[in-house]
Amino acid sequence: MKKRYSERRYIIATIIIVVSVLFILRLFYIQVIDKSFQKMADNNAIRELTEYPARGLIYDKNGELLVYNEAVYDLMVIPREVKNIDTAELCRLLNIPIDIFNKRMLAARNYSPYVSSIFERQIPKEMYGFVQEKLYKFPGFYIQARTVRKYPLPIAAHALGSIGEVSQKVIEEDSYYAPGDYIGLTGIEKYYEKVLRGRKGRKKVMFDAFNRAKGRYMNGDYDIPAVEGLNLYTYMDAKLQEYGEALMKGKRGSIVAIDPTTGGILAIVSSPGYDPNLLVGRNRGKNFKALIEDQSKPLFDRALMAQYPPGSTFKLVNALIGQQEGVLFPDTRYSCSGGFPLGGGKVVRCHGHASPLDLKQSIQVSCNTYYCKAFKDIIENKKYKNTREGFEAWRSHVIDMGFGQKLGSDLPNELPGNIPQAEVYDKIHGKNKWKALSIISLAIGQGEIGITPLQLANLGAIIANKGWYYPPHIVKDIGLPDCPNPLFKKKINTGIDSSYFEIIKEGMLDVVEAGTGFGVRMTEIKACGKTGTAQNPHGANHSLFLAFAPYDNPKIVVSVVVENAGYGATWAAPIASLMMEYYILGKVSRKDMENRIINGVIKYSDK
Amino acid sequence: MRESHNFVGKIDWITVGIYLVLVIIGWLNIYSTVYNVQQGSFYDFSNDFFSQKSGKQLIWITTSFLLAFIILIIDSRFFSQFAYAFYIIAILTLIGVLFWGSETSGSRSWLVIYDDIRIQPAELAKVATNMAIAKYLSTINIRMEDIKTKLIAFSIILLPALLIVLEKETGSALVFASFIFVLFREGLSGNILIILFLMVLLFVLALVMNVFLLIGVILALALLVFIFMRRRRKEIISLISIVVLATSFILSVEYVVENILEPHQQKRINVFLGKETDLKGAGYNINQSMIAVGSGGLTGKGFLKGTQTKFNFVPEQSTDFIFCTIGEEWGFIGCAVVIGLYVVLLLRLLYLAERQRSVFSRIYGYGVASILFFHFMINIGMTIGLAPVIGIPLPFLSYGGSSMWGFTLLLFIFIKQDATRLQIL
Repeated sequence: MKKRYSERRYIIATIIIVVSVLFILRLFYIQVIDKSFQKMADNNAIRELTEYPARGLIYDKNGELLVYNEAVYDLMVIPREVKNIDTAELCRLLNIPIDIFNKRMLAARNYSPYVSSIFERQIPKEMYGFVQEKLYKFPGFYIQARTVRKYPLPIAAHALGSIGEVSQKVIEEDSYYAPGDYIGLTGIEKYYEKVLRGRKGRKKVMFDAFNRAKGRYMNGDYDIPAVEGLNLYTYMDAKLQEYGEALMKGKRGSIVAIDPTTGGILAIVSSPGYDPNLLVGRNRGKNFKALIEDQSKPLFDRALMAQYPPGSTFKLVNALIGQQEGVLFPDTRYSCSGGFPLGGGKVVRCHGHASPLDLKQSIQVSCNTYYCKAFKDIIENKKYKNTREGFEAWRSHVIDMGFGQKLGSDLPNELPGNIPQAEVYDKIHGKNKWKALSIISLAIGQGEIGITPLQLANLGAIIANKGWYYPPHIVKDIGLPDCPNPLFKKKINTGIDSSYFEIIKEGMLDVVEAGTGFGVRMTEIKACGKTGTAQNPHGANHSLFLAFAPYDNPKIVVSVVVENAGYGATWAAPIASLMMEYYILGKVSRKDMENRIINGVIKYSDK
Repeated sequence: MRESHNFVGKIDWITVGIYLVLVIIGWLNIYSTVYNVQQGSFYDFSNDFFSQKSGKQLIWITTSFLLAFIILIIDSRFFSQFAYAFYIIAILTLIGVLFWGSETSGSRSWLVIYDDIRIQPAELAKVATNMAIAKYLSTINIRMEDIKTKLIAFSIILLPALLIVLEKETGSALVFASFIFVLFREGLSGNILIILFLMVLLFVLALVMNVFLLIGVILALALLVFIFMRRRRKEIISLISIVVLATSFILSVEYVVENILEPHQQKRINVFLGKETDLKGAGYNINQSMIAVGSGGLTGKGFLKGTQTKFNFVPEQSTDFIFCTIGEEWGFIGCAVVIGLYVVLLLRLLYLAERQRSVFSRIYGYGVASILFFHFMINIGMTIGLAPVIGIPLPFLSYGGSSMWGFTLLLFIFIKQDATRLQIL
């Protein structure tokens, strides 16, 4: 009987073989056919850490550091990986209350349980060591090192700009950025973002189930090293900038100083300003709020964005256009008996001076009548069919001289200013129903006209160069001190013949030697200038001055605007003159003037 | 045929060879799981060596070799003669553990002998039970067909199993179910196997699909059978009773799962059936295990290069989940080789068992094959998601002194039996 059962061994053997074959098939499926496990394994153990390269530094023209980097540490969290942690201990370590902790964890979880988010920004240096040491106790948390910007000198906040966290919109547009990354927001930090940021690197690190780093994946074969950002070397003279900011203390307005031979911006001041270090670090939000709410608008970059009527400085423009249009000559004389009659009893007033004046003298003395008459001649030139055409010819010259448009500098926040188009007057007066008299205020830089201080300085460069300019820009070299910025190398021609500029220069020289700018005359330097007193419907007149020096081979052009300060000669001229003295001679000897200006405060009433 | 004069006998070196290969593979993989990537020295024979698992396993292996050696020297009749004695000792030890055992993670299954040295009596009980069953069923005039025989046989098997269940080691207790193959070979009706299989099937189906739908299917099948069968009274009664049994079984499944099973057991079943994706507990084990194995690809990541097992993603990676290391580091080819080795071993054991002259030896041999097969099937099945998580070791590969001794004893007692098979009078 027992013999029969020996056949059963085949059944048992079959069962063994069937099960084993099943296993082999299953293994084949999950190991060879289904590739998803490999991916899951990598996700388990391999984490990609981003290496943030150092952002490029920014230097002034003498190699002085304007912007550098400091390491800060953000505490990041991946909510899903946070298991069984001693919350109380972590709160103690970070010095935050438990309810804040819970709030942040909730926010992180809502953002994503799988993707890391910032838990604590910029842990102070003193805390970093302690936290890093104990971090192994808290799976799911890790530290991300970052750099923030620091400014050794509290100057040039507007021009240098600031960096901040990248917005969702940018992340969507440019895949280079991840949430929490920093990006240049204003100034040259923004303009040269791609150059300054370098390129992020990638480190593949193996982590175990307890969130401990276990070494580089494949010895770093798959790592991509970070590429450091390139440094920027600017035209800015830190000492000059500092000096300009001191001069403008207590006043609102701006200074723009340019080297006409290169278009390089030597200094650019917008007052009131602020210490750029305020917008860095943990107190950034608080400080920003205070600055935004400040009625004097320190964040507003007046040099690029404030639009003022140029006042008498605009006469230079008309003088050039008049010559170019063939209606004005160096010896063109107009008489002035205290004003230019508009008809109907209205007069454009002028101050007392000799009469008649030729072109050079008209600049020196700044005669309004002269320019009203010249303007009329320009607009109602017989060679044009009608006033409108004449106006449009005039306007296109103005545009060519850098007004009414952005100059295309590397400071991103330029505004174009406003040179009104014919349509504006059509609307006001009716089509073809207006003549030069209706728009005569344009002759002396008043009325519906607005320019920015940058454009004014650029005008100075045009005159200094006798007819052309480089777009004003601040960065000279990129990467190394002798690697020129490839942009802004194209000379822009204004279309005004260079022969017409000599008389203008002479006139401007006379302004300082014996004219409206006499008070700022220097013995060591032959400086040229033009005063401007811009009428301001909202309050006191603005004080303007445009200057360059020395007369032969100008090295520096300065435009100054001081809001609500009255005559150009009183405030703007001394500031411009002191700036030029400081730049060219390296020191200032006119101490009285300097003290008056530095200690001078203009009272502003804010609505 | 020349009679062997040496008292050792004619050892089957194929079996011994496979044993050695598996033991070595096991040791290499245990070494890999404790290998520290950053320190990375192959020869870590510092003082730490024996405090690590790889060092300790070496101790278990060498002591097992010692045990094997002793067994091969002892007279083979020693085992059959003292089978019952061993069985009683095993039972007593199992009872002893219940009172004096040290508790670890929910189960009370270890006996502390001295300080750090502990054993799990359950592992040794398998050997003793195998001997007892072999002894009982080889007794003259015992026939499997008799009801009395069946009852006693089941009792011999059930007693230690129940004691182990009381230890809260249900997984180890389940191993005793493997004796069904032994009984089957000795004459137990194959229907029992089929019924058991169907019960497992219904159990799974009842959990996975709508209970009433399932009953409906059973009724439909019964109807079909009814239409096509002979309408004899006896058969109709059988049919109806089967339907009733099946239905009540199905209905009871849910009750059993919810009220009789422990929560972690419920979870493991649910996770296995895909009703739950518990990514933290039981589900985590299986998930990580499959990731580890699956990520091995065709040829594996290479010795000592498995990231999942080395970085503690797979729990119990040197014991219950040792196969993961093989899967991750040696890939499909490695797995196929290991499975192949086991299959050869098991089939070889069947072959050896059949050529035994002594009934005791044959039954014992089948016991060895059945127990090893059960471990093999459940353990590997578990790591690749084909079986619920039941914590039982992979023979010769898993880390652990008790299991290494247990399996070595189990195997070598049979090797000895086989070696002296021609000396039986």
